[in-house]
Amino acid sequence: MNIEPGRCGRLEQALRHRRDAGGKCLVPYLTGGLGDDWLQTVCAAAAAGADAIEVGVPFSDPVMDGITIQQANEKALAQGATPQRILSELRSVVTDIGVPVAVMTYANIAHHMGYERFASSLADAGVSGCILPDLPLEEVGEWAGCARSAEIETVLLASPTASEKRLQMVCERSRGFVYGVGLLGVTGVRSELSESATRTAARLKKLTDRPVLVGVGVGTPEQAAAVCEAADGAVVGSAIVARMLAGAGPEGVAELISEFRAALD
Amino acid sequence: MTELSEAIPVPSVPSGLMGEPSASGRFGDFGGVYVPETLIGPCQELDQAFRSAWGDPIFREELNSLLATYAGRPSPLSECLNLSKELGVRVLLKREDLNHTGSHKINNVLGQALLANRMGKTSLVAETGAGQHGVATATAAALFGMDCVVYMGSVDIARQELNVFRMRLLGAEVRSAESGSGTLKDAVNEAMRHWVSVSESSHYCLGSVMGPHPYPWMVREFQRVIGDEARHQSAELLDGGVPDVVVASVGGGSNAAGIFTGFVDTAAQLVGVEPAGGAAISRGVPGIVHGSRSYLLQDEWGQVQEAESISAGLDYPGVGPEHSHLAATGRAVYKQVTDSEVIEAFTLLARTEGIICALECAHALAWVSRARSELQGSTVLLNLSGRGDKDVAQMMGLLG
Ligand SMILES: Cc1ncc(COP(=O)(O)O)c(C=O)c1O
Repeated sequence: MNIEPGRCGRLEQALRHRRDAGGKCLVPYLTGGLGDDWLQTVCAAAAAGADAIEVGVPFSDPVMDGITIQQANEKALAQGATPQRILSELRSVVTDIGVPVAVMTYANIAHHMGYERFASSLADAGVSGCILPDLPLEEVGEWAGCARSAEIETVLLASPTASEKRLQMVCERSRGFVYGVGLLGVTGVRSELSESATRTAARLKKLTDRPVLVGVGVGTPEQAAAVCEAADGAVVGSAIVARMLAGAGPEGVAELISEFRAALD
Repeated sequence: MTELSEAIPVPSVPSGLMGEPSASGRFGDFGGVYVPETLIGPCQELDQAFRSAWGDPIFREELNSLLATYAGRPSPLSECLNLSKELGVRVLLKREDLNHTGSHKINNVLGQALLANRMGKTSLVAETGAGQHGVATATAAALFGMDCVVYMGSVDIARQELNVFRMRLLGAEVRSAESGSGTLKDAVNEAMRHWVSVSESSHYCLGSVMGPHPYPWMVREFQRVIGDEARHQSAELLDGGVPDVVVASVGGGSNAAGIFTGFVDTAAQLVGVEPAGGAAISRGVPGIVHGSRSYLLQDEWGQVQEAESISAGLDYPGVGPEHSHLAATGRAVYKQVTDSEVIEAFTLLARTEGIICALECAHALAWVSRARSELQGSTVLLNLSGRGDKDVAQMMGLLG
């Protein structure tokens, strides 16, 4: 089941590179279009040690997100964020930041533009991967076909309560990495890492050679380090977005990302 | 339902519509299971449980008995002599307003509560707009001894305080959905977010024919009792015939789906009526939200737009996927009415027939009233989905 590293996309290559060198992957999530300096924040996050950056394209009804990312979505939309604006701004920095970018949004944003057009506009913007959490295995086929044609890596989510067989299917069809969901719930910082986070990572690691990252409920450097005892890396969203919402600016966000980086190294 | 009505042959036009959805949970191009992986397990569990229960005569018997002895079914069919004279259209009302808790919502809720009980769930989660579905769910939870959490938009909490108090009286916890527009769509988001974390012990009791598979199908099946009864009742009244037109209001579309199932295989024209400010079928384009692909009001980027209607129960930017399919195939048509037409219809029914109806079903009557010249001499069956007690305070503010 080994995949030739040369044949996988930029996102997977970058994560494999970190992992195969014995490191742990850090993928911060930032809400696109949030504040005037979100693009500088993306650059600062890359410089602070992110292996890839997840950029959220805001959606009006983010059903998998908790209050922090909901508020960020609402605020960015009120500030006039659109998929087109976010992508065209991203295009201006994506080659300079040196790490791949994955876009995270909801199915309707892609569906409304048309899957083919959305996939090609991601590619035009230099984006490597895409996460659409409301496209489970049952619904992802049509999108995945369009994404493949545009050489966009579609990252699939794996649920803590999924059967072994379903996890296997997710691992086979996911590109870039396999996104283990840390707990049964929405995004948001919790006081403790759920026991299901490491358990899910360990189950996934047995099934795939692809990088396994865990996100949702990974909110502190300590929690990230803990989940990485089983996982190849962590996706950190709400903790970072909360900093953005608090007006910490690119430096404040970079500082937090450095703390996560230090905890994983 | 008498012996006689069973014997009367009714013209039947096989349509292949309103049966089971496809294996992928679709009605034509609409429906599906657009939920995060973490909700796939609960949706699959529910699909299996519903299939097994619906095929089990004991479950059906239990549900029928509850509907009869607790909800008060069958609901009567009323012929509106005064209104008919005024409009020049023969109007028959299917009286869902006379059910326990005052609307058709109880049909679905008793079905789901019985199913949840059979699945070993100990609590119910629901969303509500006008509060009717929330009250019905809180009622069923009390009856079955289950815990109940109801999400309601902050705007709706303010405009339907009586129903909020009812739910609390019934022992439910009402939680305010503050995000977005503070209406039904946001309450659905919150209910789904909550369900992810409690699905092992909780059943999500969705209130309309929307959401991911199996909800649109299951809720329609639980509401088909409206159509089945009305088919027999109208045959009895119409010498074995069917009405020319069957009309119902459409929010998510459950009362309409319920009555349409009884007539989809006849020559009756099926008409759904949406509020002009929430006309997903007439003004929307296909989109994906709340678990299914269906017509949806959205902006040029696919952001879901806020609906705006005088009636909280129809204040929803989407519509159940089966209605999108019925519209696409042309088997049903969907019309829009304005808030002022609705207020007029609401007062018309009160004045002519002595029935204060819910603002939702006043939409259906508003269309009949507007289309009366085309409908002259025909027979219209209207689903009177609920009673208007909940809306009286709001009307008092508007009409003085
Ligand atoms: C009386 C009544 N009718 C209709 C509706 C609309 O829902 P649906 O379209 O699912 O019947 C509601 C919703 O709250 C209602 O309370």
